[in-house]
Amino acid sequence: MPIPKVPLDQWVDSLVNWLTENLSGLFSFITHIIEPTVGFFQMILTVAPPLVTIILISALALWTSRWSVALFTLVGLFLVANLGLWEKSTETLSLVLTASLISVILGIPLGIWAARSQVVRRIITPVLDFMQTMPAFVYLIPAVFFFALGAVPGVIASVIFAMPPTIRLTNLGIRQVPGDLIEAADAFGSTSWQKLFKVQLPLARSTIMAGVNQTIMLSLSMVVISSMIGAGGLGAIVLQSISRLEVGTGFEGGLAIVIIAIILDRITQSLGKDPRKVA
Amino acid sequence: MKKIEVENLTRIFGRNPTKGLELVRQGKSKEEILKETGMTVGVNRVSFSVDAGEVFVIMGLSGSGKSTLVRLLNRLIEPTEGSVRMDGEDVSRMDPQELRQIRRTKMGMVFQRFALFPHKSVRENVEYGLEVQGIPKEERKEKALTSLGLVGLENYADSRPDQLSGGMQQRVGLARALANDPDILLMDEAFSALDPLIRKDMQDELMDLQSTMQKTIIFITHDLDEALRIGDRIALMKDGEIVQIGTPEEILTNPANSYVEKFVEDVNLTKVLTAGSIMKRSEALVLGKEGPRVALKRMRGGGTSTVMVVGRDRKFIGILTAEGAKEVAENGKTIEDVLIKDAVMVHEDTPVSDLLPKMAEKQFAHPAVVVDQQEKLRGVVVRGAIFAALAGNGVKTDADSQGSA
Repeated sequence: MPIPKVPLDQWVDSLVNWLTENLSGLFSFITHIIEPTVGFFQMILTVAPPLVTIILISALALWTSRWSVALFTLVGLFLVANLGLWEKSTETLSLVLTASLISVILGIPLGIWAARSQVVRRIITPVLDFMQTMPAFVYLIPAVFFFALGAVPGVIASVIFAMPPTIRLTNLGIRQVPGDLIEAADAFGSTSWQKLFKVQLPLARSTIMAGVNQTIMLSLSMVVISSMIGAGGLGAIVLQSISRLEVGTGFEGGLAIVIIAIILDRITQSLGKDPRKVA
Repeated sequence: MKKIEVENLTRIFGRNPTKGLELVRQGKSKEEILKETGMTVGVNRVSFSVDAGEVFVIMGLSGSGKSTLVRLLNRLIEPTEGSVRMDGEDVSRMDPQELRQIRRTKMGMVFQRFALFPHKSVRENVEYGLEVQGIPKEERKEKALTSLGLVGLENYADSRPDQLSGGMQQRVGLARALANDPDILLMDEAFSALDPLIRKDMQDELMDLQSTMQKTIIFITHDLDEALRIGDRIALMKDGEIVQIGTPEEILTNPANSYVEKFVEDVNLTKVLTAGSIMKRSEALVLGKEGPRVALKRMRGGGTSTVMVVGRDRKFIGILTAEGAKEVAENGKTIEDVLIKDAVMVHEDTPVSDLLPKMAEKQFAHPAVVVDQQEKLRGVVVRGAIFAALAGNGVKTDADSQGSA
């Protein structure tokens, strides 16, 4: 007699159903946080004419990074605007910023917790492995169940997919602080909060920022995928061009994504480099 | 009351310290316990006490448990058993808040690899112990600058630690430990990472500071020369146990067992032995009271060719040789005419390494004169005594010289 198949799919289905029925209050609460956040970023990015916003973003790049990055930002965003993709780009950016912000707000404390407790680290590590290796599309299905279509499930899926590097690298950065510095902090009578804020976090800073950088990159890639569930933005253009087999339009959308990715990457990288510059 | 009293302090690293304790009490060695249970005995039932103002050196090779021991004192490592009392308060029983308080106010620690915070300036590093106590900015800045002044680095307050040399970094480490004016300094191999010349400078500087500050210092080192230079007393550790506690001279001249003996056999004795420990008492001639004939008689009786001449207050005046005494007796000169007044004069605590070149300069013509602070005669060091001492025997430890170590 053949061994019957483990009905894992049914279990997951009924779990999701149960969650949908019983936790709707929680989900609507989350929706009420995410929607205004996305709207807020969208508002900031569109309140001024595109030209002004582009110049301001380039100035930000100049302040945090080298002039060459600023120049790239200026030229790149002008090209995006010229292609008529500015509005879609601001949608994508708003989603990325929201997802990244949530990831950082949740991820850094989780990373700190994992660094302080062996037990937490042992529980979190396999969960993070699971979150990162599960194909990104799979998150979209329950996200739609819980949050319907649109920006919110897109952000949720992005957070799940993009948060692990921040947790991991926060944990790593704190654990890498040399033991004798921890001893020194203890020997002079620091409380554990003082030790965390005066010694561990400042010294882990560049490692944590590397994690945040990764998180932003991953959430950008996930936001593009999320267009499949109606999250909007540049991903929608790419998706549309796939279904209509328009190579040229697809390339334009893809290029805009690449330009945004490079700008985000360079700016966040330089934030992590020199503690004195931005302190 | 003793400043620090350590009793039966034990630390066992491993899964089952209670079982380890039992084995330790049965008298099993560190190696046996490791083989049997996989547990490491870090510190094994150590007891000692330290006086206020004393420099207590804990010395041992790597793995002897000395760094663990110093961390048990401020509980950077928790003891498995035993007690540490500072001014009568049992540190090992304090709750976290009391422990923090005593770490903030009573103890300063200096680390082998300096352990300066790389993201803070020199001044901010020195301020750290004050900052965590919530002392206002201006006050802690002032205290930090005072403390930096003690180690001669007030001009580097705004530098980053990585801009300084190793020796300067450790000065910052010392200033940081001194900033809240603690009674007790814990120094864990504080100078071991410095090159030998700088190390010697730092030792001198520490001793200079100590002569005015009078802290109670626990100094960990693996370097016997360093231990002998700065320690009032030395505890020698092996396998987590204290093998011998004593003054530098006691350790050198009277090793407790073959391990200590082996440890100290390469020591340069001239640095440790003092004029006081190798001098002998000398007959003196009181000027104005006793004449040349008495002098000659004393020389004959003592089997020497010189006699020390002192005033009525026993202050040293000069050396009278046999030839000189004869001239006085036969040619009618006064004793003062023939006295040798440029004799080598040293104190009891002068190391032989300083005494030797002074005597060599005068071709060892006359014995060196040992006097106290008021220049009163204490004894003499003859050439033979130095060489006998350097050969490792014949060290005189009469009651007077013991106290001066």
